[in-house]
Amino acid sequence: MKTDLILAGVGGQGILTIAAIIGQAALLEGLYMKQAEVHGMSQRGGDVQSNLRLSDRPIASDLIPRGQAELILALEPMESLRYLPFLKQDGWVVTHSQPYLNIPNYPAPEQVNEELRKLPRTVALDVEKIAKDLGSAQVANTVMLGAATPFLGIGYHRIENGVERIFRGKGEAIVRLNLQALRAGADAAQAHRNP
Amino acid sequence: MGKHLFLGDEAIAQAAIDAGLSGVYAYPGTPSTEITEYIQNATEAKEKNIRSKWCVNEKTAMEAALGMCYAGKRALCCMKHVGLNVAADCFMNAAMSGVHGGLIIVTADDPSMHSSQNEQDNRVLGNFAMIPMLEPSCQQEAYDMVYNGFELSEKTGYPLLLRITTRMAHSRATVETRRKKEQNRLSFPQDGKQRFILLPGIARQRFKALLKAQETFTRESEVSPYNVYFDAPDKRLGIITTGIAFNYLSENYPEGFEHPVLKIGQYPLPRKPIERLANACGEILVLEEGFPVVEEQLKGFLGRGLILHGRLDQTLPRDGELTPDSVGRALGKSIVAYYDVPEIVKQRPPALCAGCGHRDVYEALNEVLKSYPDTAKVFSDIGCYTLGALPPFHSIESCIDMGASITMAKGAAEAGVFPAICVIGDSTFTHSGMTGLLDCVNEQTPVTIIISDNETTAMTGGQNSAGTGRLESICRGLGVAEEHVRVMIPLKKNYEEMKGILREEIAYKGVSVVIPRRACIQTLKRKHPVRK
Ligand SMILES: Cc1ncc(C[n+]2csc(CCOP(=O)(O)OP(=O)(O)O)c2C)c(N)n1
Repeated sequence: MKTDLILAGVGGQGILTIAAIIGQAALLEGLYMKQAEVHGMSQRGGDVQSNLRLSDRPIASDLIPRGQAELILALEPMESLRYLPFLKQDGWVVTHSQPYLNIPNYPAPEQVNEELRKLPRTVALDVEKIAKDLGSAQVANTVMLGAATPFLGIGYHRIENGVERIFRGKGEAIVRLNLQALRAGADAAQAHRNP
Repeated sequence: MGKHLFLGDEAIAQAAIDAGLSGVYAYPGTPSTEITEYIQNATEAKEKNIRSKWCVNEKTAMEAALGMCYAGKRALCCMKHVGLNVAADCFMNAAMSGVHGGLIIVTADDPSMHSSQNEQDNRVLGNFAMIPMLEPSCQQEAYDMVYNGFELSEKTGYPLLLRITTRMAHSRATVETRRKKEQNRLSFPQDGKQRFILLPGIARQRFKALLKAQETFTRESEVSPYNVYFDAPDKRLGIITTGIAFNYLSENYPEGFEHPVLKIGQYPLPRKPIERLANACGEILVLEEGFPVVEEQLKGFLGRGLILHGRLDQTLPRDGELTPDSVGRALGKSIVAYYDVPEIVKQRPPALCAGCGHRDVYEALNEVLKSYPDTAKVFSDIGCYTLGALPPFHSIESCIDMGASITMAKGAAEAGVFPAICVIGDSTFTHSGMTGLLDCVNEQTPVTIIISDNETTAMTGGQNSAGTGRLESICRGLGVAEEHVRVMIPLKKNYEEMKGILREEIAYKGVSVVIPRRACIQTLKRKHPVRK
C-alpha cells in the first residue's frame, strides 16, 4: 500500500490539522509516514502545502516526486491546481469549490472550474456550506477530510479514530460534531464524484 | 522510550531532553523555532528545570550556552542559518576554547529560501571553525545524533555543529526515543584558564590544539555509524550523499542501489571510505543539500584529480534545494508523465493580515512622504513589516539583515538623503537595533526611526519580544531626547495624529524614535481565543 497526497490551501486555512488527523490514523494503522510541512513566511495568507506520504514500506524521500501523488486534497480550488505536476495521471483532486479571494488577479471562477473539469477524477464540494448545515462553519476542514476518505487507502474507521484523538482534548461534543462532519464529507464525495 | 511522530525539530528537542540537557539557548528563526518551543512546552523540561526562555539574539544565546558548558552542563543552542552570522564571533572562538560540558549548536539552513534572505550553507562555517559536524538524513538520525552527540562533544572537548535543512526541520516521521540520561552536575574544566582566556599566548596554544584535534575528529568520522558505505555492482559511477540527499537517492532506487554509495552524516570528511569509493569507481557524483561544499573539498582531497559531478558541473542546479526529481535527472532516470500548472494559476504571496497595525503605519507614512517625492528613503528590516514592500504599500527600499534598517538610514543620511527613515520591528530592534541607535545618538544623525511595536515576534509565530514594555526607556537610556521618543496607536481613527507626529519628527534634525504600538492580532487571538 502506498498513498502520496498533497494538502493545499491558503495560509491560515488549517491544512495542518487535516494532516495531523491523517497522521494519527496512519500511526494506528501501523503505516510508515512522512509529512513535510511549510511553516513561516508563507503562512501569512500565502499559498501553503504539505506533502504527506503513507506506505506499508519504509519511505525514503520527504518530498513526493513529480507525477506520483494519488491525491491532491485542497481547501481552495485554484490552490488544488498549483500542485498538478505532482499528481498521477489518474490521481484524484478533492477540493473545496469556493475561492479564497485575497489577491487582485484571481482568475474567473469559471476558468478554475474548467481546468478542474479537464482532469479525469475530481470531487469539488462546497464544504463550508455542508459544515454550516451541520451547525458550525468551523468543521469545514473535517468535512473536506471526510470527502477524501475514499481515496486515502486507510480504513474509514481509522480516520474516525484519528479525529477522536485530535479533538479529544476539546470535549465529547466537539468530537461528535467532527465525526458527523467527517461522515457528511464522505457521503457528499460519493454523491458528487466525477467519475 | 517509545514511538512518536516528530518533526525533525521536535526529534532534536526530545533527544536533547533525553540526553540530560540543562539549557537551550535560542532566538527564533524559521526553520529552527520549533526546537526551542518544544522544550518550552514540555512538562518534563519544567520538572528538570531546563532553562529555555528566548534570548535577545543568537550571539547572546551562544555565549550563554558556552557559559553553561563551562560549568560542566549540557547545552543546546539553536538558530536559523543567518543567525550563525550574528553568533559567528562566539562560534569561531568557542572552537578555540572548546567546551567542558557538551555543546551542540543547531543551524537550520533554508535552501530555496522558503523564509529567508539567502541560502547560505553553514557547513562552510563549520569547516571554517574546524569543529565536528553532523548532518542527519532522517528524523531518527537527528534524534540519535543529538542523543549521542553530547558525549562526543565532551569526549573531544569541542562543540558540535548539527546542520539541518528545512525539509528535515519541518517534516514529520516516526522516531523511537531512548532511555533518559541524568543531567550533568556542576563542575569546572581543570585547565580552564588555559583554554578560556584567549589571550594571544594562550590562543596560539589553543589553535595548535585545534589543528591537532582534526586527526581525532577524522578518526571519529571514520568509525561513525552515520557514515556508511553501500557496495553495488556498477562501478562506473560512485555516489556520495550528505544529509537528506540520501533519501532522494534512495527514492530513485526503490529496488536497491546500482552504484556504490557513500552516505555521509558526520564531518570532517572520513578519509578511508572516500579513498575506497575513489579507487573503486571511475567517476563520482556528489549529492548534497546546499552549497557544493563536499564537491569542492574533494577536488584535491586525495592529492589527485577525481572526475566529479554535482552542482559545479551543472549535473545538478547550483542553487535551490534538491528534490527527488532533480536527483533523478542527475542519475539519468526517465521522466514520468506529469500535468503542467494551468496558466490561470496566479501567485499568492504572503500579505500583512487584515487589521494588522503595520498596515496603519505604512498608510500614514506613505501619506506623509508624499510631501517628499523622490527624496525620502525608507530603510526597513526583517519581520512581518517587510511585507510593506508589496502592494498596495510599496513603502520600503531595503531589508538586508536584522538591525540594518537603523544603520543603513544613518549611512544614507550621512550621504545626504533626507528624509532618512527607518522602519524596524520591536524584536528586531532589541536583537540588533539598539547598538545602531547608539551610533545615531552619538552623532546626532538626522534619522527618523519607527519601531513598529506589535509587542511580539510575529513573523516566526508570536514569541515573546525581549523589550516589550520598555522600548521608550531603552531609547531614552541610549540617549534619545525624551521629547523625541513619541508613542502612538496605529489605528485609522488616529491617522491625523500619526501623520502630525511623523511630520514633526521628520522635521527635527536629530535622532527621533516614533513607536506605533498595537498588539499583533494573531498573537492576541492565540492568547484569547474567541469561543464559538
Ligand atoms: C539573524 C536572524 N535571526 C532570526 C531571523 C528570523 N526572523 C525573521 S523576522 C523575525 C521576527 C521579527 O520580529 P519583529 O521585529 O518584532 O517584527 P514582527 O514580525 O513582529 O512584525 C525573526 C526572528 C532572521 N531573519 N535573522
